[in-house]
Amino acid sequence: MPAKISVRGVNKVFATGAQPVQALKDAHLDIAANEFVTFVGASGCGKSTLLRMIAGLETRTSGAIMVDGRTMTGPGIDRAMIFQHYSLYPWLTVRENIRFCRQLKVHTDNRTAADVEAASGRADALIQLMGLSHAEQAYTHQLSGGMQQRVAIARALMSRPEILLMDEPFGALDAQTREVMHDLIRHVHRIEGSTILFVTHDVEEAIYLGQRIVLMAPQPGRIDTIYQVPLPKERHQDMKLAPEFLALKKVILERIRETSGIKTDLQQLEKLSSLASIDKVQA
Amino acid sequence: MKPDTSTHFDPINRPPRLFLGVRTPIKKGTYWFLAVASFLLPLLAWFAIAASGADKVFLPAPQDIITRIATWWHEDNLAADIGISLYRVVAAWALSALFAIPLGLMIGTFRGVQALCEPLTDFIRYMPAVAFIPLVMLWVGIDESARIAIIFIGTFFQMVLMVAEDVRRVPMTQIEAAQTMGASRGEIIDKVILPSAKPALLDTLRITMGWAWTYLVVAELVAANSGLGYAILKAQRFLQTDKIFAGIMLIGLIGFVIDQAFRLLHRKAFPWLHSRS
Repeated sequence: MPAKISVRGVNKVFATGAQPVQALKDAHLDIAANEFVTFVGASGCGKSTLLRMIAGLETRTSGAIMVDGRTMTGPGIDRAMIFQHYSLYPWLTVRENIRFCRQLKVHTDNRTAADVEAASGRADALIQLMGLSHAEQAYTHQLSGGMQQRVAIARALMSRPEILLMDEPFGALDAQTREVMHDLIRHVHRIEGSTILFVTHDVEEAIYLGQRIVLMAPQPGRIDTIYQVPLPKERHQDMKLAPEFLALKKVILERIRETSGIKTDLQQLEKLSSLASIDKVQA
Repeated sequence: MKPDTSTHFDPINRPPRLFLGVRTPIKKGTYWFLAVASFLLPLLAWFAIAASGADKVFLPAPQDIITRIATWWHEDNLAADIGISLYRVVAAWALSALFAIPLGLMIGTFRGVQALCEPLTDFIRYMPAVAFIPLVMLWVGIDESARIAIIFIGTFFQMVLMVAEDVRRVPMTQIEAAQTMGASRGEIIDKVILPSAKPALLDTLRITMGWAWTYLVVAELVAANSGLGYAILKAQRFLQTDKIFAGIMLIGLIGFVIDQAFRLLHRKAFPWLHSRS
């Protein structure tokens, strides 16, 4: 079976600054249909850049990205993106936001009365699924951060995309809301059968959600290690304390630390504290 | 040691810090009281100074201004002066908006258009509109269109840059979300950028309307024989200080009313910005 998404030798160089920055170097990755893959790594590792390239929002310097075996050339309705924030339309109500894609030409061309009715039903179903029934006539700024992200997810799901690209979607939410959202997105993954690529800086989130974890490293941005998550497909919050969960978390955290380039800062810090003790001795 | 209660800070019953609390909310009544006082106090001071026997040529009393406005209305056709000035300002401003909004939208959306137009506009907007009077008389003539052209020159170039800035402030993620939902370039402009920028655009229109009014007196320097600005200039020649005051006050009043109308429109047109729950 061919991969749903195939990343082949992709490079990305940002040449806008004083010297070119290699944001992503020679990335190879195959993702199967209905897989849930999470991406972690120290800042500057290119995980968001890779996701945005798969979305078609960022050009690649070289290499190829294939979706369903076809070379991808730009954004498409088969791949929906969910951002961390500021992506909702504040001038529209919750329901209008969710139905936004319905007024675009790609969806209005050659559509039948049955399509229109199905879409209306889908909007209702998504509002139900996301627990937004009481808020569907509200404007988005009247909602909490968690509710806003539910709207963003519902809006992305509206056009039945096969692939969901999520760029730190829960990064701005508090811990309790995030747990609820984790189970919600796993539920979406199960019932929609979507392929999900999920970028995060939270290792626990990456393990809890992902079937595979892609660990990326900076300078130059690259794919470092890919981990299989040794947990059953069905997850529940208790698993976060399972020994295999904690063992994997330790391994990943250590690897991120090793590759982050922050070690030099720690050495610098030690140097500073030794300087402080010299001062004390002299005093 | 006994705690020092003299500087005890009680966050619930602390005295309201009307002028020192950084962005602390104040009561609506207090706000209105202060706003009305800001008009009344200078007015009272003006009454007092005028009553103390100031020279009427130097400083006419408030009641003199009222009398002057009344006679202006009855004998000198004030309504026509207001009408023609209003027409000139609004026409020039509307003409500016007609060109500035599409152009600013293009500058704020497409980098190529930005490179082509923005530095040039920046350059032109620093040129004083007043200095264009001889050129406008040469090119446009000395009829109504010349006066509108002066106000246009003073307003248009600023407006273009403000519109471009409003458009640039539309969050990139709003645009990218639409792209991943399959929106075409036209749809992104029509269904995302424009609705997203609309409230800021209305504010820009409100502010530039004010600027258009400031160019009125200058515009009515050009062979005019009517209008509030012209009346002020003529009164200057005859040292009719009360009429100068009256003209200035009327322009201020009209501007104030228009400004409040814009604010009301803003509240009505963008309920999602003004609703809190």
